[in-house]
Amino acid sequence: MIKLENVTKSFDGQVVLDRLNLHVPHGKITAVIGPSGEGKSVLLKHMIGLLRPSSGQVIVDGEDISRMGRSQLNRVREKFGMLFQGAALFDSMTVFENVAFPMEEKTRLSRAEIGKRVHEALEQVGLKGVDRKYPDELSGGMKKRVGLARALLLNPRIILFDEPTTGLDPIICRAIHQLIKDSHARFGFTAVVISHEIPEIFDISDRVAMLHRGKILEVGTPEEIQRSEHPAVRQFITGSIEGPIQFV
Amino acid sequence: MPVIAQKLGALTLSLLREMGRMLNFILYALYMIVRSPCKPFHTLKQLHFIGAKSFFVIFLTASFTGMVLGLQGYYTLAKFGSEGLLGSAVALSLIRELGPVLSALMVTGRAGSAITAEIGIMRISEQIDALQTMALEPFKYLVSPKVLASLLVLPLLCAIFDVVGIYGGYLVGVKLLGVNPGAYYNEMVKSVEWKDIFSGIVKSLSFGLIISWVCCYKGYHAGHGAEGVSRATTAAVVMSSVLILIWDYFLTSVLL
Repeated sequence: MIKLENVTKSFDGQVVLDRLNLHVPHGKITAVIGPSGEGKSVLLKHMIGLLRPSSGQVIVDGEDISRMGRSQLNRVREKFGMLFQGAALFDSMTVFENVAFPMEEKTRLSRAEIGKRVHEALEQVGLKGVDRKYPDELSGGMKKRVGLARALLLNPRIILFDEPTTGLDPIICRAIHQLIKDSHARFGFTAVVISHEIPEIFDISDRVAMLHRGKILEVGTPEEIQRSEHPAVRQFITGSIEGPIQFV
Repeated sequence: MPVIAQKLGALTLSLLREMGRMLNFILYALYMIVRSPCKPFHTLKQLHFIGAKSFFVIFLTASFTGMVLGLQGYYTLAKFGSEGLLGSAVALSLIRELGPVLSALMVTGRAGSAITAEIGIMRISEQIDALQTMALEPFKYLVSPKVLASLLVLPLLCAIFDVVGIYGGYLVGVKLLGVNPGAYYNEMVKSVEWKDIFSGIVKSLSFGLIISWVCCYKGYHAGHGAEGVSRATTAAVVMSSVLILIWDYFLTSVLL
């Protein structure tokens, strides 16, 4: 379970998260939606301790990680997997090495076993025959799928997905959503997914939270969010230009 | 006046903060070397990159530095009729001063800038964040192997620089200008003492620390985008070079 309590984060005086409260329930998929540039990735980075709040608390399984030292934080991070917006693949490693890396560093499995699992993970995300390619030889969508394979491989208890399907074609996009859903059903991890894919995101999530101007405007089941009367939520879901969300 | 004082105060505070951060950075990198030994592969890779790949540039710089010293030394010593002391002049200049300083400056330009750029790009493309999310310590993979490799490699490169430079001086002094080869060699052996070699080793060790420290730090804290990395790289090279020269003066005054 992840709980953010009164989290404020500002960069050079600009407030990005403003006394934000969010509860991510255990074993559920929580989607965070909201306009671009409103701090969704910043929110995600707080959950795994990559950023520390200016004030407030980030509680993971009952422990406040916002004041933890490096070694304590690493202990908590053992529970996490994360897919970054830009995939964050190691550019000096091949695809195979990228996916195998956390397993090589954190397990004592044999090379053959690691190789088998890496190939399975790559097949799962629809990537075959790219093992020896380097990240700069891949398209943006392929990079993202490699990142996804890397995030899923160690079966973490909590997985953070930062826009897992942005930039992918509709078929791959659906396949990735299905993969997240299937993996979740199989392993029961807690997931936080940042996405702009509306309405597709409603199909895979148990709860949806809308972030706007540094605050969570509304949280609920996908059905509740779709029925929401909040003008900003309605505008975002319908993609209307008119409304409280300014796009300039 | 109060405005100027305020600005000066703010500048001093930010400078002190930066120095504190830098100190923390290197202490943690050294702690990581001791506490959790660097992966042999990562360290070997850095030894190859910082050391073996710098060999050619060190060889070239040392040859010409030694040759210039041979020429200049001969010109000066000939005025006093002491050409025979050329070997000792060349050797002492190289071992005590030019070997450590020039090899360090060459490594800064060749490897230091690359270290900053590499770590900087990893920072801006979230690769360092990715390591952290895997509960892996980035210092163990990115910083400590480079610091360790620099500490090991700089004294060796400096030794190579000294030997090649002395031979360069020999070529010019003996083969070109006709200095007696026996005098060149004997005067050098007579005048070079253990403490001269020791001072060269201490200097190159500390320069190795400075290069890896500054270059890793600047890369690790690179700003945004390509411009941030380019700015970090420039700052790393300039700061390392200046620190090497300043630290050289202090060390020389202590070790003289």
